Amino acid sequence: MDYLLLQVLNGVQLGLLMFLLAAGLTLTFGIMDLVNLAHGSLYMMGAYIAWMLIGWTDSFVLGALLALPATFLLGIVVEAIVMRRLYVRDHLEQVLATFGLILFFNELVRVIWGPAGKSIAVPAFLNRTVEILPGVPYPAYRFAIIVVGALVAILLAWLVARTRIGMLIRAGASNRRMIGALGVNIELLFTLVFGLGAVFAGLAGLMAAPITSVKIGMGDDILILAFVIIVIGGIGSIKGAFVAAMVVGQIDIVGRAFLPDFLKTFLSASAASSAAPAISQVLIYIVMAGVLVWRPTGLFGQRT
Amino acid sequence: MSLLASLRTPRGLITALLLLVLAVLPLLTQAFDQRYLLSIGTRIVIWSIAAISLNMILGYGGMVSFGHAVFFGIGGYAVGILSHHGVAGGFIQWPVAIVAATLWAALVGALSLRTRGLYFIMITLAFAQLVFYVGGGLEAYGADDGLNISRSRFPGLVDLRDKASFYWLCFALLCGTLWFCSRFANSRFGLVIRGAKSNELRMTALGFPVFRYRLAAFTLSGAFGGLSGILLANEGAYISPAMMSWVKSGDLIVIVVLGGMGTLFGPLYGTIAFFVLEESLKPLLDLVRKGWGEYWQIVFGPMLVLIALYARGGIDSLFGRRHG
Repeated sequence: MDYLLLQVLNGVQLGLLMFLLAAGLTLTFGIMDLVNLAHGSLYMMGAYIAWMLIGWTDSFVLGALLALPATFLLGIVVEAIVMRRLYVRDHLEQVLATFGLILFFNELVRVIWGPAGKSIAVPAFLNRTVEILPGVPYPAYRFAIIVVGALVAILLAWLVARTRIGMLIRAGASNRRMIGALGVNIELLFTLVFGLGAVFAGLAGLMAAPITSVKIGMGDDILILAFVIIVIGGIGSIKGAFVAAMVVGQIDIVGRAFLPDFLKTFLSASAASSAAPAISQVLIYIVMAGVLVWRPTGLFGQRT
Repeated sequence: MSLLASLRTPRGLITALLLLVLAVLPLLTQAFDQRYLLSIGTRIVIWSIAAISLNMILGYGGMVSFGHAVFFGIGGYAVGILSHHGVAGGFIQWPVAIVAATLWAALVGALSLRTRGLYFIMITLAFAQLVFYVGGGLEAYGADDGLNISRSRFPGLVDLRDKASFYWLCFALLCGTLWFCSRFANSRFGLVIRGAKSNELRMTALGFPVFRYRLAAFTLSGAFGGLSGILLANEGAYISPAMMSWVKSGDLIVIVVLGGMGTLFGPLYGTIAFFVLEESLKPLLDLVRKGWGEYWQIVFGPMLVLIALYARGGIDSLFGRRHG
């Protein structure tokens, strides 16, 4: 039972990380109509920049806090140089250009920081366990991810639903040209939204870094999962992204934690351990296919 | 336009010369003792077949499939798995592989063609990832590390271990694919597919069941994709999930756009340009400074961005406007 609880929490933690990534994607698609494959590169850059800054400042918190404005800046620069020209293009050209950006960023990282992966140590004050229930310890760092992820999700929900910026974002998602005609500086709004997405992606990358590792291409696989999430949730819907991220997080963890033991009942140990992650990934895609067959625009997507 | 008349246009002349060079490539590489070039040439021909098959749906039909490399994998794994179990005959392996690719394409098409736009891009990618992870989970066939296989056997006809024979077989299949594609593009069927790209609503109003036409095109495209997978597995005598990674699907899209979408020879130009760029950027950058060749993608990436932004018609449009 305790084991089950821990795994559910791991699933929530993974889901929140992916929600941070998916939120930026779904915002840029909903508002700017932009397919940004390079979003995973921002995730990777967030982790690398944090690794560098943590090395310089010798403090995890300080380095992480400095990395956020740095990824914001990076996002704005990328937006100004490339993305801005892509908003009016069709999806194919966006896919092509941002695919090129992925290659560029992966090589850039190799040039600057070398081909070997880096690791960020779990900060000392979080390198222990907390008792979430009496007698049930849970790693404090993972718990911190859940707290930060949930806070950011709440902040984002508040930002979109309750503030003036959020009002403009929602208005932009339903009719860009109209809010432009009403005198809103949509170029600035687009840049801000893209920067915001970059910060979320960077935050997800640097928080994931102590658990996984900082390496070239780390953003690519998780980016595809993030796309799966926004497609399941319905493109442009933050609520949909959240629900889908939670579902995908649980499926992934269940696959990793429980499938191997189940498979071992009729497969050899090595076959089971290599088949289990594959099956959990496959399950995610089957869920997505099922959702799209049932609702071609996702769970919370707008019907067209 | 008659064949002879088309030779007088720059496009016709360049294409004819290109096909001529490709036809005699093994003789050229032998004469200049450049074995390595023949292996690049073989890969160019195989990738061209895949790019032509993607062009049928992406270029002519406007269906942006981001999972086309999955057919490399399905064709390759069908050959590899059969050969691993001692079924070496090409006349069994190849039809099985093509049927497998066709069936998978029909299934994926039936599900994903219900969606539009980004949803379609992502669902085709997701199905390809699904197969990719299945390939990585097959412990019996090498999981992520892949599997060395023996090449398909066609006793008495052709020996695939001979590099030149294998190249000529691939080249003949490329010509067949080109011929099929030209028939496809100008047939009533192809015209419906092209019409649905520019105005789906109108084609529906004209009474064409657009979904069924698209599904048929998607399935056909998968069959030719499977063929390229068969050849790719035989080229390296090796299969692994890496041959269907999503980056390969991206490369195929790049090739089709680079060459010129919805043109007969565009995918061929695109493949040649892609491989030539890859092979020449490395030594070029090494010339600038030793060791930089390894980082060729830092130049190639921004080039893709520029192609996406400024090169609408691809290489094909460089040869002047097309007639018909």
